Amino acid sequence: MSVGALPSLADQVVPIEAGAEVAGLGWLGDAVMMALGDGGVLVVQGDDTRRVHAHPDGAILVSAFDKGRLVTGGDDGRVVVTRPDGTTRILAEGGAWIDSIALHPSGAVAYSAGRTVTALDDKGRAKTFDAPSTPRGLAFAPKGYRLAIAHYNGASLWYPNLETPPDLLDWKGSHLDVTWSPDGRFVVTSMQENALHGWRLAPDRGHMRMSGYTAKPRSVSWSFGGAWLATSGADAAIVWPFASKDGPMGKAPRECGVRHAKVVKVAFHPSVNVLAVGYEDGCVLLIRFDDAAELLVRRATEGSAVTALAWDRAGGRLAFGCADGRAGTITLSS
Amino acid sequence: MTMTDKIPVTVLTGYLGAGKTTLLNRILTEEHGKKYAVIVNEFGEIGIDNDLIVGADEEVFEMNNGCICCTVRGDLIRIIEGLMKRRGKFDAILVETTGLADPAPVAQTFFVDQDVAERARLDAVVTVADAKWLVQRLGDAPEAKNQIAFADVILLNKTDLVSPAELDAVEARIRLINPTARVHRTVNCAIPIPEVLDRNAFDLDRIMEVEPDFLEEGHHHHHDEEMTSFSFRSGEVNPDKFMPWISELTQRDGAQILRCKGIVAFPDEPKRFVFQGVHMLLDGDLSRDWRADEKRESRVVFIGRELNADAIRDGFMACAA
Repeated sequence: MSVGALPSLADQVVPIEAGAEVAGLGWLGDAVMMALGDGGVLVVQGDDTRRVHAHPDGAILVSAFDKGRLVTGGDDGRVVVTRPDGTTRILAEGGAWIDSIALHPSGAVAYSAGRTVTALDDKGRAKTFDAPSTPRGLAFAPKGYRLAIAHYNGASLWYPNLETPPDLLDWKGSHLDVTWSPDGRFVVTSMQENALHGWRLAPDRGHMRMSGYTAKPRSVSWSFGGAWLATSGADAAIVWPFASKDGPMGKAPRECGVRHAKVVKVAFHPSVNVLAVGYEDGCVLLIRFDDAAELLVRRATEGSAVTALAWDRAGGRLAFGCADGRAGTITLSS
Repeated sequence: MTMTDKIPVTVLTGYLGAGKTTLLNRILTEEHGKKYAVIVNEFGEIGIDNDLIVGADEEVFEMNNGCICCTVRGDLIRIIEGLMKRRGKFDAILVETTGLADPAPVAQTFFVDQDVAERARLDAVVTVADAKWLVQRLGDAPEAKNQIAFADVILLNKTDLVSPAELDAVEARIRLINPTARVHRTVNCAIPIPEVLDRNAFDLDRIMEVEPDFLEEGHHHHHDEEMTSFSFRSGEVNPDKFMPWISELTQRDGAQILRCKGIVAFPDEPKRFVFQGVHMLLDGDLSRDWRADEKRESRVVFIGRELNADAIRDGFMACAA
């Protein structure tokens, strides 16, 4: 189906001019917070827009959200917490570029700069680990204080508060982003070779190779409950089945939203099987997983590749941000 | 600058003490109105006012693509991605490698990584060589030989420390290893910046624009112990023979071929076919039309280690149309 023929919600989008590339965005209550390539953070709450200079001399490279804060890392070496009221707190500064960030439900923050990974717990106690190569991705386990670190030739699983050395999940090649399944059974990385690699942690450390992408699958999203993993990196969202104990092995993935444009961002709805898909040509679609019904949220827009996509906690609103600083939100009637 | 413009990347190599940092400082302090993002391994005595400086560890990664010599610089992929957040705030990227670095992984990064290739283009590999010590280094340091073999531009530096005869000898030695690079004799790396930057050395449309002298003679073969360079010329070649030949040759002997390039004439094809390669990676396309005053002939150059020149020549000649 061509996009032109799709039922469209495009006229219901509330546009936002972020002014710089949107490196990441998230909802904190009613506020949309955007981490920008020019080092600023934009807080949009209703008609009120506030700009916070979180990284005055830098660009934001990575960001992560939880329900109360946005944490950003920049090429100025800063790690900054910004709250919806515009207040900021600097957690680290002065070092190398911050290449990855992960947040823990307890309030702990992990970040990496160069080869050094720092885990800062909710009491402010810092532990560090030197990875074998510069990590590009970090992810906390859903339970317990344990961090997955993606690097060259595998991923390390590290308990910051234990003296035991990290547990190495090995697989040859350069691993970029990392994600942990919501049930904690699987760790999946994106790879330099346009593929995903997964490990089944129990019972046997089985390998899962998910390949066939035309680009690096740099965006991944778990469906609520973790039965599906949606991924970018092809001319459709590639969605792998993870409900069985073997994960996707021996099973074909589903392809959603096939278009002549590369999928660059995916975001599963928090409570139903609906997938938001952002494309390199600026298009945004909503796809109902069960019957593949599609809704258009944003038409293709030249020079405006989608760079960020996020649902609010209840799943009633979606926000997107783009490479040229354009952004928008949409409220869905249930 | 539009978003679709690719950022040019210049790679500065050179053995320890040859004068890389001097050249870098010269580029950065010259009045040219341009801003650079500079990727360095050690924060040394670098003059930066308006420029962006990024520290890097040279992280050389093997690709799992069945090609043993296919290595990329993982740190470069990461840094170029990050620098693109500041797109529009700098005009070009300079990469200073360590004295012991092999330029191949840097060059291969631009062939292999799609994200890098979409945003940036390799402009040239510039090698600074020490006129007094190069000959000795070529004997005891394989890295030094790689850096000469790989270069598009060579600064034969510190010429004030050697006699004219010694200088001629060292340049002749460089020519044995790399017949296609531009060689400039310098003191303190004093050179007009346009000779170093914006060379478009990897632009297929400009391949072999600087025609090596020895090509005039037909078949040439230069030996420098194990490092070899040679070139062949022929008339029109049959694409159905040439394409499989060059592809199989680089697949089989790619580990030994540091660089190759050529301009090829196919029968009834109005455009020149041009190609270049780094180890096993090949890039080729039809470029501009043959001009009326140009002789339609095919010319290829190979630089590599322990290559069988006779076998390669025979293979090339067998592609004749």
